[in-house]
Amino acid sequence: MFYNEVGQFKTSYRADQALFPIRQDLIALGVFLIFLYAVVPFTFNNFWLNTVVIPTLIFGVATIGLNILTGYAGQLSFGTGAFMGVGAYTAFKLTTYFPEINIVILILTSGVTSAAIGLFFGIPSLRIKGLYLAVATLAAQFFLEWVFIQMHWLNNYSESGAIVAPTRTLFGVAITGPSATASARYLVVLSIVVLLTWIAANLVRGRFGRSWRAVRDMDIAAELIGISLFGAKLRAFAVSSFYCGVSGAMLVFFLYGAAEPNVFDINRSFSILFMVIIGGLGSIYGSFLGAAFIWNLPIIIRLIPLALGLRVEPVYTEFLTSMIEGALIISVLIVEPRGFARLWQIAREKLRLWPFPY
Amino acid sequence: MSNPENVKNPPLLRVDDIVLSFGGIHAIKGVSFDIIKGEIRAVIGPNGAGKTAMLNVINGFYKPDSGSITFKGTTYSSVKPHTAASEGIARTFQNVALFHGMSTLDNIMTGRTLKMKTSLFWHLFHWGPAENEELANRAVVEEIIDFLEIQHIRHTPVGKLPFGLQKRVELGRALAAEPLMLLLDEPMSGMNVEEKEDMSRFILNANEQLGTTIVLIEHDMGVVMDLSDRIVVMDRGLKIADGIPEKIKTNKAVIDAYLGTTHQEHASA
Repeated sequence: MFYNEVGQFKTSYRADQALFPIRQDLIALGVFLIFLYAVVPFTFNNFWLNTVVIPTLIFGVATIGLNILTGYAGQLSFGTGAFMGVGAYTAFKLTTYFPEINIVILILTSGVTSAAIGLFFGIPSLRIKGLYLAVATLAAQFFLEWVFIQMHWLNNYSESGAIVAPTRTLFGVAITGPSATASARYLVVLSIVVLLTWIAANLVRGRFGRSWRAVRDMDIAAELIGISLFGAKLRAFAVSSFYCGVSGAMLVFFLYGAAEPNVFDINRSFSILFMVIIGGLGSIYGSFLGAAFIWNLPIIIRLIPLALGLRVEPVYTEFLTSMIEGALIISVLIVEPRGFARLWQIAREKLRLWPFPY
Repeated sequence: MSNPENVKNPPLLRVDDIVLSFGGIHAIKGVSFDIIKGEIRAVIGPNGAGKTAMLNVINGFYKPDSGSITFKGTTYSSVKPHTAASEGIARTFQNVALFHGMSTLDNIMTGRTLKMKTSLFWHLFHWGPAENEELANRAVVEEIIDFLEIQHIRHTPVGKLPFGLQKRVELGRALAAEPLMLLLDEPMSGMNVEEKEDMSRFILNANEQLGTTIVLIEHDMGVVMDLSDRIVVMDRGLKIADGIPEKIKTNKAVIDAYLGTTHQEHASA
């Protein structure tokens, strides 16, 4: 009833092609953004910001990145972790050489390096697809991880082999390094995430997004229509790696503060892939739902026994978490193979007709 | 329809002595014919005659072993699919080749690919030239949607549509490219009479109103005889007849090929 678009007439194609053609969606988004900007930073404590909110946002960006490549363009990749690493190491080296340039600009720039590397490893996609391409991207994962470990120049020859985010400021407030508050980091992350999400939504609805989906759905027909398969695929690799790179850089600078190469290992690639699948292939907001689910599930599972006052031996916690997590992922996929995005879409369709069943 | 007997225009496309084989199988064994601007040209023949293979050669999906293709006065030994598309050849497929995860609107918009040029930069913000281009092309696509009477399924994912409508959307996607020449591979297979009538009307309208030259593969002889200006008949990779419908109807070789009585004679002919 309250979610009813009756009376909202579209009188131009511009209005019909808007990102949120239904007025209620726009209002809901506005309220949600105000909540994120005005309420969250002042009411959520450091624990919630550091363990739940900031990581969900950061991994959401990597998930959008992989979703563009896999969900929209149909190219399977196992190299997400490595591309995130490229962004992180580039941002670290850039801020070492140019400490006077704002870190936010450097983080976005480091995404460009990641895009270039992604472009290179995307070249095999012209010849191979599906699982074969996935194996080729696996090579990128292992090669880049090896580079992160072996090239000490990348970590400024630090003894631990880790990169440590130095203190950098924005408008005089520390946003990275040990002295940055969780709220300050959160606000910067949120702003970058909002910008990148908006850009991703724009890209996928325009001609580039259509060419990606066309290649995904029927590459032969796409080619005969005049879409350059090579161009579309490489563009998807570049844009995807850009998002992954920025996400990786944010992970080190705004969340962990320091990182070793194993932060960007194959497990990272898989967990981002799970986020994409659980969230829904080919959905921007689904990416955040997937990231929130996969990242926060183990945290919630660990909190449940505490909340119930049960004592679980630490040795078992890890096993239990993995088992419950796995079972939940499988049940979500059985309920809706197309992920949370599809569930949300069904809910919306029902809501539009509510209180009538059809 | 243009009068088939006094066609004086130079051919829009000519295929000369095309030979195509896959390993030991000879799909096309030296076929030549021409297509005149503005006509509806049917290619018919029994299954396995090489009709679809011929279309695939014309739009560059297959590379012929020998022979040449002359399009708009330029002779090629083979074309690339991208070149064929940008030169103005569009097509539909025997088994619908739509983008199943996309809406009708997006599918037809994809057909406008070659008309859209704005750079990635503007698309990041969906603003300025990018937005204007999207809107201008949307207007063209809406005209096609009106033309094909598919307004009601504009936002439906094509995977959910019945087969007849999918064929119509596919025709829309091909028309969206504003092609000079449209290759239709069995646009009416699996349709009932009413759907066939609709589709025939759309094909005739496209031909008359938009001036699109049409190459049609179809098995329904009633439709073929009514729609086409000239017909090429193929059998077992060879051209066995070429002419106006009235002549084809009474051609002995064509009747034999379809009834399959004297195959040996014609295979050696």
